[in-house]
Amino acid sequence: MSSNDFEYYRPSSIMEAVQLFEDLHSKGKNPIYYSGGTEIITLGRLNVVKTGAVIDIKNIPDCQVLKIQQRLLITGAANTLTNIEEVNLFPLLSKTVSEIADRTARNKITVGGNVCGQIFYREAVLPFLLTDSQMVIAGRKGNKTVSINQIFHQKLQLENGEFLVQLVTDQNYLHQPFFTIKKRRQWNTGYPLITVAALKVDGIIRIAISGLTTFPFRSQQMEEILNNSGHSLDIRIDHALDALNVPPLDDSEGTFRYRLFVLKNTLRDVFYQLEGEEPNHG
Amino acid sequence: MADSLSVRTILLVNGEEKTVTFRYADILLDVLRYQLGLTGAKPGCLNGDCGACTVNINGVAQKSCLTLAVEAIDKEILTIEGMNAPIQGAFVDHFAFQCGYCTPGFIMNCHSLLNQRENPSDQEITKWLESNICRCTGYMEIENAVKSILLQQK
Repeated sequence: MSSNDFEYYRPSSIMEAVQLFEDLHSKGKNPIYYSGGTEIITLGRLNVVKTGAVIDIKNIPDCQVLKIQQRLLITGAANTLTNIEEVNLFPLLSKTVSEIADRTARNKITVGGNVCGQIFYREAVLPFLLTDSQMVIAGRKGNKTVSINQIFHQKLQLENGEFLVQLVTDQNYLHQPFFTIKKRRQWNTGYPLITVAALKVDGIIRIAISGLTTFPFRSQQMEEILNNSGHSLDIRIDHALDALNVPPLDDSEGTFRYRLFVLKNTLRDVFYQLEGEEPNHG
Repeated sequence: MADSLSVRTILLVNGEEKTVTFRYADILLDVLRYQLGLTGAKPGCLNGDCGACTVNINGVAQKSCLTLAVEAIDKEILTIEGMNAPIQGAFVDHFAFQCGYCTPGFIMNCHSLLNQRENPSDQEITKWLESNICRCTGYMEIENAVKSILLQQK
């Protein structure tokens, strides 16, 4: 039970949600948008999240969409991870989200909630980073569609009052060869150590990573190094890790050395799976 | 009495309409246990990890510690108290519990699996059961209980 009381609103349209936010904000109620709500509930219990009002966006039809339209996959932010996995319009996304939390939790966690979450893994964003997806964001000035590359830097850069409505992905990416793997310290459950998602597009392997640092990312520089076939795979991986411009996490799930060790082996797996390339230890 | 922070409403629990008043901030688990006296769903981690609080909402297994009670309005809530399904007997037949604290959550999850999948693979059964944690027995007996019902259904 949360000790933090709040009001609850369930708007049925984007405009209603945005207006509610404006109104509640002006009254000093520090409103937050609520989708699956799992993180708001658990962090609320710890008093990490405090709000005077939640605006539940699950009933907004635009947030519930999951379909291909005009060669674009439209993924509404309020789709549960289970629904995405079972409808399976985008196998890389389905596989990646199928490793988040556990089955019952995925019945509640939504893709928008995971992408916008405070907990730093946010693995659901990886396939969207790899496919240069567009993000439809609602705010008081109306809807805007922005490339994920412009608006996702460490986290989704939303302005006050904005919320993620949909993610839009070019259909051409949906069935490209992919590999995605989540490495945990132990067992099949528990918090992740490293998640790597990779997609092969026009012979180039794109790679996005979660769990290495305090945010998920895709690095163009690392991709260029890793795809430079002038060197052996192991040398490319070493150079790619040298190009990391943020320190790896060093916590109870794994030391930074262990994380780098696991990442190195995982990148080998990626290239073996997508290129058939064995590491050259020479 | 309801105000801007609480609501008086009806929840449909185990086929019965129950009038309850709760804060919007209340999780479903607490309303079930402390207002309706339905203590089958257990508080465990209260963090969505252990699955001891699992109930079914519109036929889907949900962790009631991760669900606000207000989200369950106009939905069919099924708790272990309202269950009458073969999986319960199968748990007894296959010794699928010891202390029993996690058992209601496991049964609700298994019930959901059996209703949603006609022929789940071993891997799929394992994957579903990862949602619940048992500290004192193995998962083998629970898997055997699920498989025994699948065999009966064939």
